[in-house]
Amino acid sequence: MKDKLDELRSKAISELDSIDAPSDLDSWRVRYLGRKSALTQVLRGLATLPLEEKRSVGAAANELRAFLEKSLALKEESVRESEVARSIERGRLDVTLPGRPPALGRLHPATQMLRHICDIFLSMGFEVVEGPDVEWEYYNFDALNIPPDHPARDMWDTLWIDFETEDGQRPMLLRTHTSPMQIRVMESRLPPVRVIVPGKVYRYEATDATHEAIFYQIEGFAVDRNITLADLKGTLFEFAKQLFGEERKVRFRCDYFPFVEPGVEMAIDCFACNGAGCSLCSGSGWIEILGAGMVHPDVLRRVNYDPEVYTGFAFGLGVERMSMLKYGIEDIRLFYSNDLRFLRQF
Amino acid sequence: MRVSLKWLKDYVKLSVPAEELAAKLTMSGNEVGEIDVVGATWEGVSVGQVKALEKHPDADRLLLATIDIGKETITVVTGAPNLEAGQKVPFARVGTQLIDGHTGKLIKLKPATIRGIRSEGMACSEKELGISERHEGIMVLPEEAPVGMPLSQYLGDTIIDITTTPNRPDCLSVIGIAREVAALTGHEAHIPEITYEEQGAPIQDAASVEIDDPDLCSRYCASLVTGVTVGPSPQWMQQRIIASGMRPISNIVDITNYVMMEYGQPLHAFDYEQIKERKIIVRRARDDESLYTLDGMKRELNSDMLIIADATEPIALAGVMGGADSEVIDSTTSILLESANFNAGSIRRTSMRLGLRSEASARFERSISPELAPIALRRATQLLVELGGGKAARGIIDVYPGKSERKPILLTQERVDRILGVAVETERVRQVLTSLGFSSEPSGVSSELLVTVPYWRTDIRLADDLIEEIARIIGYDEIPTTMLSSGIPERAPAPLLSLKETIRDLLVGSGMQEVITYSLVSRATLEKIDPQQKLGSALRTANPMTLEQEYLRTSLRGGLLATFSANERHEEDGIKLFEVGKIYLPKQNDLPEEREALAGILGGTRLDRSWLSGEETLDFFDAKGIVETVFNRLHVEASFQPAEAQGLIPGRTAAVIVDGQQLGVLGEVHPKTAALFDISTEPVVLFEIDLEKLLPFAGAVPRYQPLPRLPAIDRDLALVVDADIAANQIQAIIRSFPLVSEVTLFDVYSGKQVPEGKKSLAFSVRYRSPQRTLTDEEVDRTQQKILEHLEREFGATLRS
Ligand SMILES: [Zn+2]
Repeated sequence: MKDKLDELRSKAISELDSIDAPSDLDSWRVRYLGRKSALTQVLRGLATLPLEEKRSVGAAANELRAFLEKSLALKEESVRESEVARSIERGRLDVTLPGRPPALGRLHPATQMLRHICDIFLSMGFEVVEGPDVEWEYYNFDALNIPPDHPARDMWDTLWIDFETEDGQRPMLLRTHTSPMQIRVMESRLPPVRVIVPGKVYRYEATDATHEAIFYQIEGFAVDRNITLADLKGTLFEFAKQLFGEERKVRFRCDYFPFVEPGVEMAIDCFACNGAGCSLCSGSGWIEILGAGMVHPDVLRRVNYDPEVYTGFAFGLGVERMSMLKYGIEDIRLFYSNDLRFLRQF
Repeated sequence: MRVSLKWLKDYVKLSVPAEELAAKLTMSGNEVGEIDVVGATWEGVSVGQVKALEKHPDADRLLLATIDIGKETITVVTGAPNLEAGQKVPFARVGTQLIDGHTGKLIKLKPATIRGIRSEGMACSEKELGISERHEGIMVLPEEAPVGMPLSQYLGDTIIDITTTPNRPDCLSVIGIAREVAALTGHEAHIPEITYEEQGAPIQDAASVEIDDPDLCSRYCASLVTGVTVGPSPQWMQQRIIASGMRPISNIVDITNYVMMEYGQPLHAFDYEQIKERKIIVRRARDDESLYTLDGMKRELNSDMLIIADATEPIALAGVMGGADSEVIDSTTSILLESANFNAGSIRRTSMRLGLRSEASARFERSISPELAPIALRRATQLLVELGGGKAARGIIDVYPGKSERKPILLTQERVDRILGVAVETERVRQVLTSLGFSSEPSGVSSELLVTVPYWRTDIRLADDLIEEIARIIGYDEIPTTMLSSGIPERAPAPLLSLKETIRDLLVGSGMQEVITYSLVSRATLEKIDPQQKLGSALRTANPMTLEQEYLRTSLRGGLLATFSANERHEEDGIKLFEVGKIYLPKQNDLPEEREALAGILGGTRLDRSWLSGEETLDFFDAKGIVETVFNRLHVEASFQPAEAQGLIPGRTAAVIVDGQQLGVLGEVHPKTAALFDISTEPVVLFEIDLEKLLPFAGAVPRYQPLPRLPAIDRDLALVVDADIAANQIQAIIRSFPLVSEVTLFDVYSGKQVPEGKKSLAFSVRYRSPQRTLTDEEVDRTQQKILEHLEREFGATLRS
């Protein structure tokens, strides 16, 4: 009997060793561990054996059963592993094929720059306010110390609206700058104010690589007790560094805008040549980026702010110009041609 | 304005190089552009003297000129008609860079052999030296020119081109710039005394001036010079006139231009003999008057224009242009010189209306000082006497109805500090102001100054104006850099602003590209969008730069359709664009209503071309899905109802409705409209949403719903209904039943197995109760009731 069990063991193990498909494992199990298997027959037949033999054969048969079950488990494990390895081998991808992109569009570069600039000023406590594109001459000019026949009107070539009052005046226009909102905001609020105004502005101007008839401006102004030119410098220098990089040098020079006094123009050192002079900065080493100044006392008086009590600063900058400088765009007309091959670059 | 540094040196010491000077001027407000070095290429050119002229032995029209250039004497062949023995001329040795008189190109002078005689150089014309366009003859230098001196040393100059701001008429003059340079470099400006001999009777015996309209002419000064000889002005004056960017004309005209450039005061010379009754009247023109101006044009005048008249008729447009009849001509011998102060606004209006903007009008319209008039007059009279050989009458006429006292300005230390944010010592303030010609004295209170403004600074009125003077002269680098230190002011809520930004982000997240199109569109675009477009339904610009940008848009559609069309030509993939922007709706006698709008457009392949993509095209439901997603993310429940709209295909158009109100429209672009915009993609779907109507709904704050704890039971419900029944009506009814928590339409089918004129709709219905676990029987009963309801209402049957 013992010999029979030994024979069974070696036969079962050698058959098990040769199996490599999961389905063959099942028939092996039926063959050697199933109800009709030789081993099960032996175990069933134990009862008929004499006690002495029953004990020794029973122990050997049970030991063999446990051994075969363990061998099967180990074999199952190794067959599964090689099966996984085979399926991995079959499932190799060409990982260099392009991915499946999620649908995601882009913001217009002007919007991106507007947001970027607004965020910088929002972090300095400014509030975003918007105003009308179509304005009265009063807000666009007169209230800003630019009366009719003032030579400074040449600084803003104007698109007028075809609208006449009864007495033949033509007082409606497309705003030439965002500065009218200085007046509108201050007329409707008591100081202090700290506001930026993004918006479209319009010029009666032939377009070329650096001139557009329509472009975005951001106006900013702050009025309170004790605001100084030094605060203007600090605010704008911080802005320039956040936009163009910490290493940029910044300077003010005297300039004239009728609604500020003193008036300045801010420039950054040219990042193309680091101030040595190149075509981007027309050899000067400096790039003008915005106009600014201290709000003119007459402007404050016009909105019933007492200039003896309140002082403030104002600035205005062209948004596309900032994008052009930052991204190296050479033609402003690209912005509103909306060519996807351009828009997709940002 | 172009300023010759050689000329500038007459009034102020120039102790720094031109580049440094330019930088100082730029930083302080007078922006310097080009720096032009005259004579930079003149190496090898020196002053020569013609010692002898002989005929060329072999050519009648050529001469042999022997020229002394100091160290040596050279003989050259020349064809110049104007050479005379004894003349001083610029002489170029071989190897010099010259401008070719015919081609205008820079060339290197080579030795030449003409008819057997070799020339080792040549005498030059002005054009060859780059001085002017004159090339008829050799340039003749003044007698005092030192033989052998390099020409660059004798005639060289540096010209700086200054852009002056509109508030500084004084800087439109060499003396004005000299004053700036003096303040910037710490030197003093020296303005020469003006003296000349006066002869004969007082001028009042010979002429009179009346100002009828003193509001437009605050001062009128005149002098009389008789016995002048009209001819060319001396070379030094011509050079300065050319350096200033003007053309020499005659000694008389050149003198008026020269003094204008020198002092900034425009002048006019009348032929005294042509002034009837020797009477000057400054008055508004009459509407029936006209005048032939110097340029030969007949100008119709009106009562807005200020003129100079004699006893009978207009003889000049004041400050703008002289009349032809009283013009100085070669035979003129007596000059009445005018130096006046005209109203800035009047000059600007007249010169703009007539298109006659000039150096003179540019100065008048910037408000020059009336104090300048007699000073410039005396300077020009002096030059007329010296250079025109005339005799000045005794005295000048000076009518000055507009005289006003300028009060000193009180400047406090406190104000300076408060504006600049830095304490500038009173002594420093005084010193800066003095360097600019201001005088100041203590007011009696310490740290306060009473500042008297020099007459030429018409731009200074307030203490803050003085503070700018201090800042720009000490330099903005001296101002500290501080951050705003006061508290952050209260902010007003801006829901529309944040709605716009949220929508931009949602649409970008939905795969759309933002565009920004012009707010101004053409009449044609308006008509393409709406052929029934009425005049006056869009605001028009009065002076459009181009007809492409004549009207303010009343919808975003035109820009999007045009942009789609333009991109279609080069894009292979689908195009999905949106714009968030204003539309402009006219109002009666008021600014237009500016409404924030959203529009989107899409068409073409659904997926970008790749190895993964198929051939599916974007359609109505792509656009609808995007609009639904936007509303969903804003927590706004919108419904879509069949609708008709201009430019969209009927039956493929829906109104977007929220709370019974139409917020916008969504539909396929009508083939006719697509064709008008040259769009060939099909279909193209467009949507438009009025953001201001959406705004009140968009603020909704979502309410938290507890997560379901009990299981749901899902059942499918496949129905057959008439083809024209809207799916959302059926869906709404299913959802209205109790226990129904979600309804999803998962299949729409018509064709085989569905009768003609019918369609099959398959819904997945989720049943759930928050209180208890549902039984199958309960759900079956509800589903049966739903079916009965739908049968009654729509004749729906279960799909077998
Ligand atoms: Zn550069």
